Formats: sequence, C-alpha cells, structure tokens
Amino acid sequence: MTCDEARILLHALLDNELDAGHAREVEAHIASCPDCAAEFAAQREMQRVLADTDLRYTAPASLRTRIEALLPQPQRQQPTRRSVLRGFAMGSAVSALAATGVVAVVLRQDDQQRILSEVVSAHLRSLQAGHLTDVISTDQHTVKPWFNGKLDVAPPVIDLTAQGFTLVGGRLDYIDARAIGAVVYKRRQHVVNLFVSQTSSTEYRAPKTETMQGFNCRRWGNRGLNFWAVSDIGADELAEFVDKFEAAMKANVEG
Amino acid sequence: MPATDDLQKAQRFREAALPHLDDVYTLARYLLRDAADAEDAVQECYLRALKHFDSYRGPTMKPWLFAILRNVCNAEYARRAHRPSAIEDTPGAAEQTPIWQETETSPETEMLRSRDAGAIRKLIDALAEPFKETFVLREINNLSYREIAEAVGAPVGTVMSRLARARAMLRAAWKAEEEQAR
Repeated sequence: MTCDEARILLHALLDNELDAGHAREVEAHIASCPDCAAEFAAQREMQRVLADTDLRYTAPASLRTRIEALLPQPQRQQPTRRSVLRGFAMGSAVSALAATGVVAVVLRQDDQQRILSEVVSAHLRSLQAGHLTDVISTDQHTVKPWFNGKLDVAPPVIDLTAQGFTLVGGRLDYIDARAIGAVVYKRRQHVVNLFVSQTSSTEYRAPKTETMQGFNCRRWGNRGLNFWAVSDIGADELAEFVDKFEAAMKANVEG
Repeated sequence: MPATDDLQKAQRFREAALPHLDDVYTLARYLLRDAADAEDAVQECYLRALKHFDSYRGPTMKPWLFAILRNVCNAEYARRAHRPSAIEDTPGAAEQTPIWQETETSPETEMLRSRDAGAIRKLIDALAEPFKETFVLREINNLSYREIAEAVGAPVGTVMSRLARARAMLRAAWKAEEEQAR
C-alpha cells in the first residue's frame, strides 16, 4: 500500500467503514510508516475533539410551524356525518354510485345546518353592545353606498319604516368564512338582521323558516342573492318582514 | 376538507421526514452560512419532498432529504451571483492536487486544543465545496459513506477522497489559527 492510498483509507478506518481485510492492510501500513502513523493519530485526535463539541444547529420552532402548515391538516373536530359517509363512499366501489347520492343530500343539509348555525351566531354577536352596526343610519341612501367596495355584492338596502320595520344601519359579518353584508332593522325593541350573500344560482327559492337556539331564521334566494333574516320576533312577524321586503324589492326593480 | 388519502400521506410524511428537521437545517446552515436563507431552503426542501413523497422508495430518508436540500441550495448559490455557482460535481483543481505534502515538522502528533463550537463552525464554514458538504454529512450528520454517496450523487470512492481532503484542510486551518494565537 502506498502512502497516497493510506492517506485516504485511514479515514475509512477511523470511520469504521473498512472490511476486516482492508482494515488489516491499512493498520499494517500505519505500523510501518511513521508519517502515516502521525497523520492517523492527528486525525483521530481531531475526530475526538469534534465529537466532544456540539456542532449541530437546532431548527427554530417557527420553521417547524411553517413546515407543519404546508401539510394537509386533519380536521380537529370529531368525525362528522359528512366524513363518515365520505369514508364509506370511498371504501366501497360497488356502492359508490348509490352512496354518492346519499352523500350529496347529506352534505347539502349538513352545510345548510352549519350555515344556519353561523347565521344565528352572527346574529347573537351583533346583539352585544357596540356590535350591531358599522354604519348607523336610518337612510337607505347612506347605508347602501357604505357597502361599496367592502363586498363582492351590493346588498339591497330598503327602508321599511312605513311597513313597521325601521332601518338602523349596516354591518360587515363573516359567514362560511366569507365576508357578507348584514342590514339591520328594528321592530319595536327587537333586532332583525338581514344577511345577504352572493350565490351562483339565480333561481328563486321560496322562503322557509327554521328555528335555532330560540331564534327564527327565514331563508330564501332571489336574483342571485341568498337572504337570511334572523330575529327573536315571532315566526309570523318575521314572515311579514320577508314579504314586505320582497314586495319592496319587486317594486324597486319594476319601478 | 382534504381527502382521506391526502391526510394519510401527510401523516406518513410527517412521521418519516419531520424527525430529520434539525439534521436538514444543520446541513443548510453549513451550506448557506446564513440563518434566514437556511430556513427558506429547508422549507422549500420539505415542500418539494412532500410533492415527490409518492416516488420516494427509500431505503433511508435522510440521504433523500439531503439530496433535495442540495438541489435547493444549488439554486440559491446560482441566485447569489457573487458566490461559487454550485457545489462542484466534477473534480476541480483542488481535488486533483495531492492530499498531502511532506511536512517539515516532526511527525509527532501535535495536540489540537479544544475550541468552542462557534470557532470550529467558522473553520468548517471556511472549507471549500464539495469538501465541506462531505465533511458535514459525515462528521455532523453521521451519514455512512454509502449514504453520503447517495445524497451527493457521487461514487463512494469520490466521497472517501473528498472526506480525506476536507479533514486535511480543516486540520491545517485549525493549526494555522493556533499558530497565530500564540
């Protein structure tokens, strides 16, 4: 073995990378060559010093968080009917077609239930002091322009004071993770929140009243908009509000 | 909501790749010599690793991650116009010169004084590529020669000669600094 070879192989010896045969050869060379023996001892010494020193870096916690955020996150909630059905639909190819229909129906109801619950929560939030209105005005010509540029939709703002529902203002709210407009009315001391969002469907959907947590919510769709009217007034009064609103809308459009 | 198999894949990736975060970050720090650049490179590395996780066949995760990080760092070198353009894969002049010259001093072993981690890191940082990456992969990331070869895409023989040269250069720089300190 030449010194040139030994100068490379002695590192493999240090790192325990040599098989027994080659290890013996390198050891034999070192035993007979003072220069290589000195180099071997020096490198072993350096390796020992390096091993005693912590030369690693620790990734900052913020980096770990950033990388975690890149990964698809499992939902924190318990499995919903939705995910159970989705798993079912994926697991069985045979029943896949049949299941898809079930999933679609369940999904829609589930979504609507969730949105209803969000609408009622938004209504409750609005009743806390100072949360009811972002713009306070009984003048529809003040409230309507206020929404400009804040939403991808221009919520119809109609004064129904003559019909017994006083316009008190407007507000931005968040439903289904989207900014939507809320037009606020009062009937005596009761607040009516009218939430308005855009929808891809332009077909008319007849008003339907649902009740959640003691609040009535009347939901309908018209002219590419979804409406939710929420209040603690009685279901018949809320229906009256919706009828008057729709009638005024119709008059506005036709007038 | 992401599909179930996406979540399972993410979970497998998390278990396989995230435990090596400190290792990957360590290599990035030595290769880029800048904490913020290292963070960005590691994030990009994990993003690419997740994207290609389906094609990952092993055998071991670390060399695979290091190979991806190396590509990211090469792009970063290219971006830094004033730096060497890339980790050299072809043997440069440094690799072809003999590893050692006859020393004029006595062959007795001169003991190196222990230094603090910061001082040693500086010495390692000053090593030229591709010797530095080979040294860091072996001495700090604890990869075997075969794993290093896999990570850098070079034959084991090349890894061995680079490592020998890296250690010789490091020891020389270390001793030179001690001479100055005297």
